[in-house]
Amino acid sequence: MTTASLRSVYPAAPTLPSPACGGGLGRGFDPRRLKREFPIFANNPDLVFLDSGASAQKPRSVIDRIADYYRTDYANVHRGVYRLSARSTELFEEAREKMRGFLNAADSREIVFVRNTTEAINLVAQSWALAFLKSGDEVLISVLEHHSNIVPWQLLRDRIGIRLVVAPLDATGGLDLAGFEARLSPRTRLVAITHVANATGAVVPVETVVRLAHQRGAKVLVDGSQAAPRLPVDVQALGCDFYALTGHKVYGPTGIGVLYGRYDLLVAMPPWQGGGEMIVHVTFDKTEYQEPPHRFEAGTPNIAGAIGLGAAVDFIEELGRDNILAHEEALTGYGVDRLSRIPGLRLLDAGQQRLGILSFDLEGVHPHDIAQVLDQHHVAVRAGHHCAQPLMEWFGLAGTTRASLGVYNDERDIDRLAEAIEAAREMFRR
Amino acid sequence: MMDLRELYQDIILDHGRHPRNFRTIEHPTHTAQGHNPLCGDRVTVYLSLDGDHIADVAFQGRGCAISTAAASLMTEVLKGKTVEEARALFAQFHARVTGGEPVELPEPLAEEAERLEPLTGVKAYPARVKCATLSWHALEAALKGSDAGVTVKTE
Repeated sequence: MTTASLRSVYPAAPTLPSPACGGGLGRGFDPRRLKREFPIFANNPDLVFLDSGASAQKPRSVIDRIADYYRTDYANVHRGVYRLSARSTELFEEAREKMRGFLNAADSREIVFVRNTTEAINLVAQSWALAFLKSGDEVLISVLEHHSNIVPWQLLRDRIGIRLVVAPLDATGGLDLAGFEARLSPRTRLVAITHVANATGAVVPVETVVRLAHQRGAKVLVDGSQAAPRLPVDVQALGCDFYALTGHKVYGPTGIGVLYGRYDLLVAMPPWQGGGEMIVHVTFDKTEYQEPPHRFEAGTPNIAGAIGLGAAVDFIEELGRDNILAHEEALTGYGVDRLSRIPGLRLLDAGQQRLGILSFDLEGVHPHDIAQVLDQHHVAVRAGHHCAQPLMEWFGLAGTTRASLGVYNDERDIDRLAEAIEAAREMFRR
Repeated sequence: MMDLRELYQDIILDHGRHPRNFRTIEHPTHTAQGHNPLCGDRVTVYLSLDGDHIADVAFQGRGCAISTAAASLMTEVLKGKTVEEARALFAQFHARVTGGEPVELPEPLAEEAERLEPLTGVKAYPARVKCATLSWHALEAALKGSDAGVTVKTE
C-alpha cells in the first residue's frame, strides 16, 4: 500500500508531509509523546494497546472535557429558558457543528447524533429504507461487511421482502469492482458498504462505488467506523448519501455516534423513534414532527457524549488528519514487513490498500491461544471472528488475531507484538 | 500475574496437539454439537451407549488448545462410565473451573476426576472457562436428547 494509492482516493487532500524514518511519523507527530496525552498508559505502563479497531483509548482532553461539562455547564438541552440550559444547548449544537466540519458536510442539520454506527445504520434501514423500499428492491452490500451492516438489512428483508445482494472480493482481498458493478441492477436501491474493513483493513474505493451506484440511481450508505479515525473523510467529495461513524473509535466516549445524511433525504424521511425532542406539536390525534436532525433524536440525547466527541474531534484536528493518515500508513507498512517475517504467519489479504489493521492466521495456533500469550506479554489484541463471520468464511477461517493501530502506537509496539507472536509460536509448536 | 504455563501445562499442550478419540462414531446412539459464539469454535461429541454404559465416545471439531485438550481428556475419562457417573463428573468439573460449590465424588470416581486437574488453570482466566466446558456442555446436550444436531451455546 502506498501513500499515492490513497491519494487517488482522496485527490483533494493536501500534500502529505513525507513519513520520516526511525519512528518520526509526520511533522510534529510523535507517538511516544502522544502516549503521554492518554492517561491509560500512565496507569498501565507496560501496555501495548493494539485494539483501537475495537475501541480507541481516550486523550486527557476528552476525559477532562466531559468532567468539566458536568461540573460547570450541565443541564438538559432544548428545553429550559434558564441560562444554564441555554449554555448546554449551545455546547451540544457546537459539537454538532464540529462533526459537520469533521466530515465536511454542507450543513450541520445533516448531522444526526446516534448511539453508534450500528444505530446509524439501523436508522437508515428503519426510516429511509422502510419508507421508500418495496418487496423485490435490492440492497447491495459486500463480503467485507461487519455484522452491523448485514443484520439490519436482514431484519428489513424479513419485514418487507427486500433482496440482500452481496458483492464479492477479488483474489487480492479487495472489493471486486467488476463483480460489484455486475450486481448493480435496476432494482438496486441502496449500496451499503464499509469504507475500511474492520477485519482486514482493506480500503474500499468509495468514490468509485458511489459513482457506479449513482449511475444506476442507487443511494449509498458508507460504514465509516474504521475509516473515520484513520482517513480524512469528506462526504461531499465522496458523494455518498449517508455516512455512519461511532465516537469511541475516534478517541471519543462510548454511546455517541453520528449519522450524516444528505438534507434532502433526511427531510423526506419519517421519524423512527417517537418521544420528546423530535416533535413540534402533539395532540392525541396527531403529532407534527421537527425538522432534521432533531426529528431523529427522540428523548434526552447523550449530551456529554456529544460534547466529548467534539473534544475528540478537536484533538484529531490538532494532530492533523493528514499526519494521522501518514502515521497509520507508515506503521501499517512497518507491521506488514515485520509480521511477514514470522514463519507460518499469514496476513489476511486486504486488496491494494491496507490501513491500520493487521489481521493474521498463525499456522497451527488458535487465535485465542495467541491472544492469551500476547496478553501475558501485555500486548492487547482481538481474537475471533471480529463480528464479520461471512468474511472469515470467505477466507476459510473461523477467526483471526487482529492488531489494530491508533495514533499512540509506534514501531516499538509492533516489535513487541512480533516478539510475543514468536513466543506463542514457540509454545504451541508441534 | 499467574504463570501462563499453569494454564498451558504440558498435558494440555500435548492433548491440544494430539487429541485422543478425535474421530466420528459411525452409528452413535447420542450426538450433539457445541458452539461457542464468542470465537466460532465448534465441537461435535459422539456417544455410543451400551445400556447405561458409555461403550465409546469421540469428538470432532475445531478449537483452541484448551477446548481441544478438554474434549480429548473428557473422552478418555468417560469411556466405560455410566451416564450417571458422566453427569457427576461434569458437575464436579464445572464446579472446579468456575469456583462453584464443591461437588463430592465417591472413590474411585474422584480419582478419575483428578485426570482433569490440568484444566483447572482456566479458573484464573474467566474468558477461557467456556473453552474448557464446551465439550462437556455438548455431552450433556447429547445425553438429554438422542436426536442429532443439538446445539448448545455456552453464553
